[in-house]
Amino acid sequence: MSWPQPLPMLEKLGQEIVANAAGAITGYEVMYGEVNLTAQPNRIVEALTNLRDHPDFRFSILIDICGADYPERERRFDVVYHLLSMTRNLRCRVKIQADEDTAVASVTSVYPSADWYERETFDMYGVFFEGHPDLRRILTDYGFHGHPLRKDFPMTGYVEVRYDDELKRVVYEPVKSVEWRNWDFLSPWEGAEPGYAPLVPGDEKAIPAAGPPSAAAGSKP
Amino acid sequence: MTGAASPAEDTDFFAPEVQGETKVRKFNINFGPQHPAAHGVLRMVLELDGEVVERVDPHIGLLHRGTEKLMEARPYQQTIPYFDRLDYVCPMNQEHAYVLALERLMGVEVPIRGQLIRVLYDEIGRILNHILNVTTQAMDVGALTPPLWGFEEREKLMGFYERASGARMHANYYRVGGVRQDLPPELVEDIAYWCTKVPRVFDDIEKLITGNRIFKQRNVDIGKVTKEEAQAWGFSGVMVRGSGIAWDLRRSQPYACYDDMEFDVPLGVHGDCYDRYLCRMEEMRQSVKIMAQCCERLMKTPGPAINTDNKIAAPKRGEMKRSMESLIHHFKLFTEGYRTPPGEVYAAVEAPKGEFGVYLVSDGTNRPYRCKIRAPSFAFLQAMDWMSRGHMLADVSAILGSLDIVFGEIDR
Repeated sequence: MSWPQPLPMLEKLGQEIVANAAGAITGYEVMYGEVNLTAQPNRIVEALTNLRDHPDFRFSILIDICGADYPERERRFDVVYHLLSMTRNLRCRVKIQADEDTAVASVTSVYPSADWYERETFDMYGVFFEGHPDLRRILTDYGFHGHPLRKDFPMTGYVEVRYDDELKRVVYEPVKSVEWRNWDFLSPWEGAEPGYAPLVPGDEKAIPAAGPPSAAAGSKP
Repeated sequence: MTGAASPAEDTDFFAPEVQGETKVRKFNINFGPQHPAAHGVLRMVLELDGEVVERVDPHIGLLHRGTEKLMEARPYQQTIPYFDRLDYVCPMNQEHAYVLALERLMGVEVPIRGQLIRVLYDEIGRILNHILNVTTQAMDVGALTPPLWGFEEREKLMGFYERASGARMHANYYRVGGVRQDLPPELVEDIAYWCTKVPRVFDDIEKLITGNRIFKQRNVDIGKVTKEEAQAWGFSGVMVRGSGIAWDLRRSQPYACYDDMEFDVPLGVHGDCYDRYLCRMEEMRQSVKIMAQCCERLMKTPGPAINTDNKIAAPKRGEMKRSMESLIHHFKLFTEGYRTPPGEVYAAVEAPKGEFGVYLVSDGTNRPYRCKIRAPSFAFLQAMDWMSRGHMLADVSAILGSLDIVFGEIDR
């Protein structure tokens, strides 16, 4: 099968997946030559099981699970599942929304490899996965506080470590050696085209056509 | 036993009191964080029953540098060097995935010469990686000579890296739209010459390892992975090909100019450590074949190595001295950088270890809103638990060696 796949084929794939999901997958969108699917958070296990087992899709490999943080939203997190079908040579991306309090169902029963990916998402964003066999932190330090990839987590973190020669051990202290400087070089006087993020507050008034990013970007090959 | 010629008829040698003496004691062992066979900073808590492994709990994150968080605060061009530091054994392959993602977002074309150089250096990276892996796997099971022989070739390849990019390892060579600068013709000739000489080195290494009795004893039928298991655990690269699944992104989802290249994809049969070793050896020979094709075409294909649009690719130094517009472009590129349209893409390349992917979310500014790095070794290491269960302690290092992991990309 040729690659990248033609857009009409991806559109057809998206329609088929939504039609076969019995409501677990609510919508699809083809962007940049990829199929984005939106699923219902409480039915994610059903949705992925269907994608894995349906003879037309056979998404047998879970490539990745990751989070993304949009603090301005009511349900601030996206949990993104990337799937790959080796037999049909297809990829797709399933997205659900989550927040800090409600747990997402773990998909370790569908894909065993989800284990560490979910641990990482929990570690980085604090999304809870219900039914996960061993939801521990994975990448951060033992005894770490906070979830570092959240947008409100400072780049420098809260603690720094050093070896104390008098105490003869490593000590944790509040960060004081680094000052985080956020260089913003984005020029505010140009590039306020529809589709791009508004650069300065008030820009959205100047461009009536600019909608939410996903709607304006459209499908590009 | 002394004295009595014939044992009593109803003597039960496995009587309860004898069993009581051989009380089973389970061991917990810390493998690492500093262990020569751990291939980096890995701490594994092994639960052993005698010498049989019952459970493996890898503790990772000792090399976690927060790459993804750091990237969210820098313009795109300044984030490319982070990718060298992920899998530092084959740096340019990672850069390729990232620039592919950006190119797809921005709709940038790469001129053919740029694609050829990328493919050439991707294959150099593949050989860099496989030499390291194959020879250190031999070292993990007791051989010392293969690394010494293999690293000589790695050294030459890193020389090629240096002559192209100025750095032996952390190249920062790929750019959106092509590569930073063109290759000098002498370098292409030298690489082509190297391609004619290196198969002999592979022959020598194979002579040392492939038929070696000890290497076979330690690797054949160890760490078996079936086709179904390989898919369930999200494997890619040699880890699926060793189990007999014909899957190579260079073939099935070609990027750059891989679909013009002639090469074979070697497959394993048994899915054990030994088959994966054989796959890697053959892949190196195929890589040399691809490199030779690239060199040949590079000598015949003049042209720019990077897109000529100065809004995304830096202008030449010479132009900057003469043209005001180039100077402005240069200034803009190195302060503000380029902006991507909003949206999200996932771009994957066949890195030497497996599928290396970059999931990029853009909000329309000059910095990534979110960049998730999908490292192949991350999936491999989490399979360490079930792959090692029931094996002996000594097999752990053999399995770990054949998984081909590097902590730069697992911990990110």
